[in-house]
Amino acid sequence: MAEPLIRIRDLHKTFGALEVLKGIDIDVARGERIAIIGSSGSGKSTLLRCINFMEMPTRGTITLDGRVLGSPRRSEKGKATNDERTYSERELCNVRERVGMVFQQFNLFPHLTSLQNVMEGVITVKRKSRTEARESAQAQLAKVGLSDKADVYPGKLSGGQQQRVAIARALAMEPEVLLFDEPTSSLDPELVGEVLRVIRALAEEGRTMLVVTHELGFAYHYADRVLFLADGRIHEAGTPDAVLKAPREERTRNFLARFTEFGF
Amino acid sequence: MDYTWDFKVVADNFHILLRGVGLTIELWAVAFVLGLALGLLVSMGPLSGRRWLRWPAQAYVEVFRNTPVLIQLIWFYYAFPIVLGQQLTPVTAAILALTLNTSAYCAEIFRGGIESIARGQWEAAKALGMTWRTSLRRIILPQVGKRMLPAFTNRGIELAKVTSLASVLAVHEIMYQGRLLSSTYYRPLEILTVVALVYFVLIYPGSYLSSRLERRLAARD
Repeated sequence: MAEPLIRIRDLHKTFGALEVLKGIDIDVARGERIAIIGSSGSGKSTLLRCINFMEMPTRGTITLDGRVLGSPRRSEKGKATNDERTYSERELCNVRERVGMVFQQFNLFPHLTSLQNVMEGVITVKRKSRTEARESAQAQLAKVGLSDKADVYPGKLSGGQQQRVAIARALAMEPEVLLFDEPTSSLDPELVGEVLRVIRALAEEGRTMLVVTHELGFAYHYADRVLFLADGRIHEAGTPDAVLKAPREERTRNFLARFTEFGF
Repeated sequence: MDYTWDFKVVADNFHILLRGVGLTIELWAVAFVLGLALGLLVSMGPLSGRRWLRWPAQAYVEVFRNTPVLIQLIWFYYAFPIVLGQQLTPVTAAILALTLNTSAYCAEIFRGGIESIARGQWEAAKALGMTWRTSLRRIILPQVGKRMLPAFTNRGIELAKVTSLASVLAVHEIMYQGRLLSSTYYRPLEILTVVALVYFVLIYPGSYLSSRLERRLAARD
């Protein structure tokens, strides 16, 4: 089997006394699409945010394309401590450039137009010329269907449009992996479709992506693998059919039942 | 009241008053620009999240905000040479004291403004691979500027008036000239009234322009 693009081993994350992730192991193959589901507080967003170091893992290792990230933190006596690692800013910036993220709250830069939002990282991080950045930004906006909104500020866009600009902004960095953190959870129901269609198109291109979502239909149709998180652990994992249609675990069944309770 | 106002003495000596205007403007402009720059630098202390930077920065701010400017001025002129063996000219001592004092206030304005920006903005910048410094420069500060404008305007106005305290170090700015004339002609009311008017004429255009800019920026949202 080929080396996985991302390998996560024994990932722990604690906030103060609260242990949110209690040892997560995942291999993500190149081109794989993974949906992460679970109730709020299960740690699914934290897991995603650890992958691009929006949160710093408390313990455990993340390997990107064969390279273990960070270096062991040394205790005072110079011995390596238990799996605790330190990361330089340069390494983190490099990882984040390769691992794109789309946020639940979009987080567009309000002082920049849509086009400038998409250009910003290309200029400041990839150090391309303005002309090149503009061309690539225009291409990405076209891809999410917003060429006509290039010169509009985020404040004048709908939530769905804002999230599509945010996706274009992430794409412009040409990332190897895309992380979606509940990309449709803060949208009005009628705007969810336009965003999911954009994400679906990316899934169909064979991009590597991890999507934290409550859109089980989307997970069912477009993920290669579904992970169900509960209490900071992967409780059940497998194909969408296995996890969503024939879950083995009681907890998974209970979680899914809440979605079907008011079905019609 | 049978006080007779007599502005003739002011009219006759107006050119002497005006001689101080240049220095007032110099103190004001130099201390404000340097104070802004230094204030931004100091505000990085608490924002950096590193204790060994936060603590000294906070102490600096508190010392300069919680002691009288008048004493700071005197201290830099009279105590600085004793402590460091280097005599400063009155103008340098005044600029130094005013700059440090202003920078403490500006640091607080910067800190408050930067902290008011939602965490998501930092995260979005970081997620693109930007360093902390690039995020600050390209994403955070441009958004903060508009929010901080009223506070900096206040600071600028305050500083313009505080420069008058430099007169105690015999810096020949307008207040010093005014006091000099007062003690020569015994007409302090007339003379100081005119000095106040000169300050008004110096300061008001700045605050007017700033409030116009504020309205223009607000209209852009």
